Amino acid sequence: MAVRHEKDGSPGYALTTLESLIAWGRKYSLYPFTFATACCGIEVMGAFGTHYDLSRFGAEVVRFSPRQADVLLVAGTINYKMAPVLKRIYDQMLEPKWVISMGACACSGGFYNNYTVLQGIDKILPVDVYIPGCPPNPEGIIDAVVRIQKIIETGAPRAAERWPIK
Amino acid sequence: MSGVSVVLDRLRERFPGEVVSTHSNFGDDTALVRRERIVEILAFLRDDPELLFGFAMDLTGVDYLGETPRFEVVYHLYSLERKHRVRIKVRLHEDDPVIDTAVSVWPGIDWYEREAWDMYGIVFRGHPNLKRILLYEAFEGHPLRKDYPKAKRQPTIGPEE
Repeated sequence: MAVRHEKDGSPGYALTTLESLIAWGRKYSLYPFTFATACCGIEVMGAFGTHYDLSRFGAEVVRFSPRQADVLLVAGTINYKMAPVLKRIYDQMLEPKWVISMGACACSGGFYNNYTVLQGIDKILPVDVYIPGCPPNPEGIIDAVVRIQKIIETGAPRAAERWPIK
Repeated sequence: MSGVSVVLDRLRERFPGEVVSTHSNFGDDTALVRRERIVEILAFLRDDPELLFGFAMDLTGVDYLGETPRFEVVYHLYSLERKHRVRIKVRLHEDDPVIDTAVSVWPGIDWYEREAWDMYGIVFRGHPNLKRILLYEAFEGHPLRKDYPKAKRQPTIGPEE
């Protein structure tokens, strides 16, 4: 028969490492910066809205200053003229930081195989999670956030640590 | 079908040596002219009391790759007073794609000429600020030319300091 524990008011305790405690805190307080340039931005709004409710995963506080954000969510077509702006915003974010590339355009240029569109933001930035689709639905964004949480939780190397790819 | 248009008749009458050919089907008055006196021709179209083309609606370039001359500049003009339109075309050779600017005639044509320079590499002589308007300065080539490689990639520029 199991021993029954009763609350007696004494403080309990738990054992952990400092790293995993910090990771636990980071994981549930991701502040995304949405770099929305195209229709993917509409899906991002859907993900933050009440129906899909990204705040369930602790990532609902959208920061429109890169200095206050942890996750760069690139949603939309990035052209050559926009690339230096995106790079600068990435550089302004504080470490540690993660990058989600959302949609076909950000991942590979999508169907814009032309003279002006950057063929994937991984030409200029280290990307942690790619979301396929044109545009992906909000579940895709939720999945990407959960994958970022997994990276944080397990201490897996960030894409920035493997950058640039040789 | 030529000879039914008031606009083209006036133009041929005033510049008999400059108008190469004209056509006018269902109201699309079009004149192909030589490039040497283009500013005079455009100023005449603007100022003539029967024509009064006060509004330069559009200017664009065309690349007829493989033909001689290769390039063409097209002006679309509209008269708010007379409610009529005309299309003026000028052919330019590949080795000398230069034409006089029409900014002195219609100041608003400035950005159209910059766009034609940007996309086709047509030089508008005398333009006050002939630099790229849509693309960036480090861009290599003129992308709407028919011989621009489809899969050409541009240098990625860094953040400007």
